[in-house]
Amino acid sequence: MSEDILTTAAEWAAAGEQVALATVVETWGSSPRPAGSMLAITASGRMAGSVSGGCIEGAVADVAMQAMRDGKPQLLDFGISDERAWEVGLACGGKLKVFVEKLG
Amino acid sequence: MTPELLSRLQAARAAQRSVVLLTRLSDGEQHLWPEDALPGALADAAQQALNSDRTATLAQDGESWFIQPFNPPLRLIIVGAVHAGQALAPLGAAMGFAVTVIDPRGSFATEERFPGVTLNHDWPDEAMAALAPDARTAVVTLTHDPKLDDPALDVALKSPAFYIGALGSKRTHAKRVERLRELGHDEAAIARIAAPVGLDIGAVTAPEIALSIIAQIVARRRGQKGAKA
Repeated sequence: MSEDILTTAAEWAAAGEQVALATVVETWGSSPRPAGSMLAITASGRMAGSVSGGCIEGAVADVAMQAMRDGKPQLLDFGISDERAWEVGLACGGKLKVFVEKLG
Repeated sequence: MTPELLSRLQAARAAQRSVVLLTRLSDGEQHLWPEDALPGALADAAQQALNSDRTATLAQDGESWFIQPFNPPLRLIIVGAVHAGQALAPLGAAMGFAVTVIDPRGSFATEERFPGVTLNHDWPDEAMAALAPDARTAVVTLTHDPKLDDPALDVALKSPAFYIGALGSKRTHAKRVERLRELGHDEAAIARIAAPVGLDIGAVTAPEIALSIIAQIVARRRGQKGAKA
């Protein structure tokens, strides 16, 4: 298993997959993954890496699909002050920001 | 990220050049530094991110930037293509280290024993001098043989390597310390050597010893107390 998510994403893109990249850009409190952590997602449903302990990957994947369709990057906020966090269950109580962009 | 920027970033990383990716979070505009010229504050933040090997965010003219450094991988130099080395090399790779195994004994340092690992068959003094350990390098000697371990430790102690470990019992290490003193190394230098090597987890088998060593290297890198020998 490679921890080099960017290279995995680049390989998927080179193989003709549509790829989106999600990157943790800021964290507060007990977020499980540090800033710089990446999650690569393809339109076909492949995933590599992580931006949390698994709590928000599903929500991020939805936004990634959107970014692949319209090409627009998005900055997502997850945290206990955010209603969305209750929906996706950020059980750790941390807060984080995730930048989602289309690759290529 | 545009295909053009992605390929520039990957090319820089493949060439082991330190670069920084800067992303404007409002619209995804991106630059690669130092290849792209940037205004002073962004360039300063990029340099700082490289030096600290940590990401940062910067507010500049009402815009938020995410600053992500890409340094070449940390290096792990293993002296001795022995059984514990066979277990340590893949653990090092899994932790993100670029691993090199030094052993002039051709029957030990073989592709079959170390699949996919960079092997160096020079004598440790020459091999170590050529590899020039820096502050992002860990060095571990595993041979038990002073002819091979000592020259490697001599070079390592003169380098800024962030971790130096030497396999061997307290008794073996006491003799080693005597020899290193004769080579001119003072107490402060010798105290840099983790010996007996590895965290004390009661390791017995080669994979267990390798685990204790890689755990100690990670602890040292992350600045934890467990880094102390």
